[in-house]
Amino acid sequence: MTTGTSEQHIVSYGKLTAIWLALLALTALTVWVARHNVGIGHVWGSLAIAVIKGGLVIAFFMHMKYEGRLLRWLLFFALSVLAIFIGLTFFDVLYR
Amino acid sequence: MSGGLHKDNAGAKLGMWLFLFTELLLFGGLFLLYAAYLARYPREFGAAGREMHLGFGTLNTVILITSSLLVAMAVTAIQRGARRMVLLLLGGTVLCAATFLFNKYLEWSAEIGNGIYPGSSRLTAGPPGESVFYSLYYLTVGLHGLHVLIGATLLTFVAVRVQRGTIHAGDYVLLENGALYWHLVDLIWIFIFPLYYLIL
Repeated sequence: MTTGTSEQHIVSYGKLTAIWLALLALTALTVWVARHNVGIGHVWGSLAIAVIKGGLVIAFFMHMKYEGRLLRWLLFFALSVLAIFIGLTFFDVLYR
Repeated sequence: MSGGLHKDNAGAKLGMWLFLFTELLLFGGLFLLYAAYLARYPREFGAAGREMHLGFGTLNTVILITSSLLVAMAVTAIQRGARRMVLLLLGGTVLCAATFLFNKYLEWSAEIGNGIYPGSSRLTAGPPGESVFYSLYYLTVGLHGLHVLIGATLLTFVAVRVQRGTIHAGDYVLLENGALYWHLVDLIWIFIFPLYYLIL
C-alpha cells in the first residue's frame, strides 16, 4: 500500500457504470440513426457519435482525464498526425 | 526482478501509451484506405455493406463496451485492494472476449458459406469495388480479432499474477497497462462498427 503510483486517481464504480450506460445509449442511438436513413447526414452523424464514444472511453475508462500534461499532449500529437494523414490523402483523392 | 529494484510506473504507462499510439496509426491507416476506396467505389461499397450482419455487429459492440467497463472496474478494485473482485472482473472481461470471438466465428462462417471471402469465385466474378470492400473488411476485422485474442491472453496472464499476489494495491501497473490495451481494442471497434456495419 506504500509505493502506489504517485498520481493515483480512483474512479468510482458508479462513475464507470454511468459512462457505460452513456456508451450503450449512444450505441442504440447510432443504430437507430443508421436504420432510419436520414440522408447523407447519417454518415457524419454516425462518425460524430463514434468520436463521442471514443472520447468517453479515452477520458474515463483509460483515465486520460486524470493524467498529466505529457500524456495529453502526446495523445493530441498522435491524433493530429492521423488527422494530417487523412486530410492530405483526401486533398489528393477528392481533387485529382 | 522485484526486490529492491526501482520501479518507474509513470514510465511504464508512458511506454504503453506510446505503443497504443502506433496501434492507432496502424488502424487509422486501414480506416484511411477504407475511406479512399469508399470515395472511389461508393455504389459497390454500399451494396456490399448492406449485406453485413447488423445484429452481430451491434451485439459485439455491446459485449466489447461491457468488457471495457469490467476491466476499468478491475483497476478501481485493485486500487481499493479488493483482490477477489479484481479476479471476478477480469474473468468477466475474458468471458466477454471469448463470446466476442465466438460471435465472430459464427458471422464469418455465415459469410464464407455465402461465398464471401478473399479470392472466392463470387467475388472475383463480381465488380472490383466489392472485393476491395471485403478484403479490407477481413483484414481490418481480422487484425482487430487478433488484438482481442492477444488482449484476452494478456489479461489472463495479469489475473494469474493478481491471484499469486505479485500484482497488488501497491504495484498494479501491469494490470493498468493490460486494461489500457483492452480499452484500445474497444476503441478501435467503436470505429469499425459504424464504418462497416452502419454508414453504408
